[in-house]
Amino acid sequence: MIAQRAVEKLREQFNDVVHEVIEFREQLLVRIETSSIREVCQFLRDDEELKFDMAIDVLGADRLVPVDNPTMHGYVNDPFDRELRSKQEHIPADERFEVIYVLYSNMNNEYIRLKVRVAEEGQRVPSVVAVWKSADCAEREVYDMFGIEFEGHPDLRRIYMPEYFEHYPLRKDFPLMGIPGSLPLPDKQ
Amino acid sequence: MKTDYTPDTSKSKIYEALIDQYTSIESDDPLGSDMVLNFGPQHPATHGVLRLLLRLDGERIIGCVPEVGYLHRGYEKLAENMTYHEYIPHTDRLDYLSPLANNMAYALAVERLAGIEVPPRAQYIRTICSELARISSHLMATGSMAMDVGALTVLLWTFREREKLYDIFEVLTGARFTTSYSRIGGVAQDLTADVEKMIHEFLDYLPEAIHECERLLNRNRIFVERCDGIGIINGDDAIAYGLTGPNLRGSGVGRDLRRDRPYFVYPELDFDVITHEGGDSLARYYVRLDEMYESVKIVRQCLDKIPEGEIHANKPKKVLPRKERVYTRMEEMIHDFMLVNFGIDPPAGEVYSAVENPKGELGFYIQSKGGGVPWRLKIRSPSFVNIHALPHMLKGVMVSDVVAVIGSLDPVMGEADK
Repeated sequence: MIAQRAVEKLREQFNDVVHEVIEFREQLLVRIETSSIREVCQFLRDDEELKFDMAIDVLGADRLVPVDNPTMHGYVNDPFDRELRSKQEHIPADERFEVIYVLYSNMNNEYIRLKVRVAEEGQRVPSVVAVWKSADCAEREVYDMFGIEFEGHPDLRRIYMPEYFEHYPLRKDFPLMGIPGSLPLPDKQ
Repeated sequence: MKTDYTPDTSKSKIYEALIDQYTSIESDDPLGSDMVLNFGPQHPATHGVLRLLLRLDGERIIGCVPEVGYLHRGYEKLAENMTYHEYIPHTDRLDYLSPLANNMAYALAVERLAGIEVPPRAQYIRTICSELARISSHLMATGSMAMDVGALTVLLWTFREREKLYDIFEVLTGARFTTSYSRIGGVAQDLTADVEKMIHEFLDYLPEAIHECERLLNRNRIFVERCDGIGIINGDDAIAYGLTGPNLRGSGVGRDLRRDRPYFVYPELDFDVITHEGGDSLARYYVRLDEMYESVKIVRQCLDKIPEGEIHANKPKKVLPRKERVYTRMEEMIHDFMLVNFGIDPPAGEVYSAVENPKGELGFYIQSKGGGVPWRLKIRSPSFVNIHALPHMLKGVMVSDVVAVIGSLDPVMGEADK
């Protein structure tokens, strides 16, 4: 499995960048130190044996569990709740968001997924647009939906929502039905 | 009362992005031939609501910024608020030209997350459905591309064929467009002998019909000259831009998830991965055309090999029971109630599952924390990525050829905007 080999190589090549390796359903997810994601990506792309030459996707995720937002999870009295949600893990503010990179190697026909954690405010993730051009639109989408900023992105604008929109809709504290007045409609004539 | 939103384009960020990106000392404009053209979102050749901001030097395009989002419906946010089963109808509305393939892709992703093994008959039905959806999508793509460059007849002919296909879908799934045919752990209804007969008849007829369209286009001087050498992207660039599907194979890269990362019953079938070297609009057209013949081959093999048996996995806690049993048996009724109200409760974890859809790689990234709803569901839509390779492909192209390039990329905005 080339993804496992990639983890070994990363451990050899870099000091302390691999924080965690999760295997689930025969898929590998590697948590990487946020500040070195660009170097890691460059290495994974250029290494002769690995050659992860495609960034299939870059996506964001929010780990926050809002306590007082009933619209968030309509299934509050979930019978599957058991102890899972009753002892909700506390998410520290400096690890609130995740950015996940799905990479593909055309030579080995295999995926690997990298993940970095991002603080709620003030932290910028190094952009990987210089490594794969396909990360351009994907990172813009992450910025649009979560407000995570990317260091060194050539053109970080909103992609789906209008330019004047002020919120980040896929954050867990953004209500499903939207915020009234956040999208002004043109005047009635 | 005036609201504070400004429709003035000259101040918007997309305009600035276009001007900043391509302004340099050499392209300063002494002759005054520099011009910015707004293309779309309401334009028949953009296949929906795609907007391009083009910067022209005379008739040549020197810069392009695509703008998506006019059809953004927030499907990822919706997914976090409904059970896995409830979300199936929404996958119809992603790539609305091949809803069957989306249904199958989504069900496969959830099954990978929950660890459900689907019985062979259902796997075969799914493969047949995916391939029929591919044929219908490619028929549409070929026809509309020909129409964009001026050959109206082909569109009518491919529409006629697609109509027959939709008749089959109607009998098979109960709906023509919004099929919602897959279920977690199987498919909604069995493939009956009637449908098999209809598919056989269609397959016997289709190659001749495609060939008719080929005869209209392949040696048609207007069509060939409008598409040949337009919108070129070479293999390395195509990989860097993340193109997938027919668009990537049109640049000579033989990447096909059906062969490279097999799912359903593709490993048991014999088919070729079509590639063409050109990297231009014409090559992408040829890839789609040839893939239809391959799909016919695949469906034929599936119909020959399809075994008898169950179409639902035997996992009562995850898979919806048959309706007739819900009404007559206590056990099934309880399961139905629990599944409909509280969801399937897969283990906590994250999976990425991708399939080769007609437009390219359709992936679902699901983060689960257990419970009935996904914590985060990301749709990796091929059209979204393909559209963002347009600035590269359009550079140096004449403004009248933009439609030929967009048509050959075959974007669907329902999927690009999610």
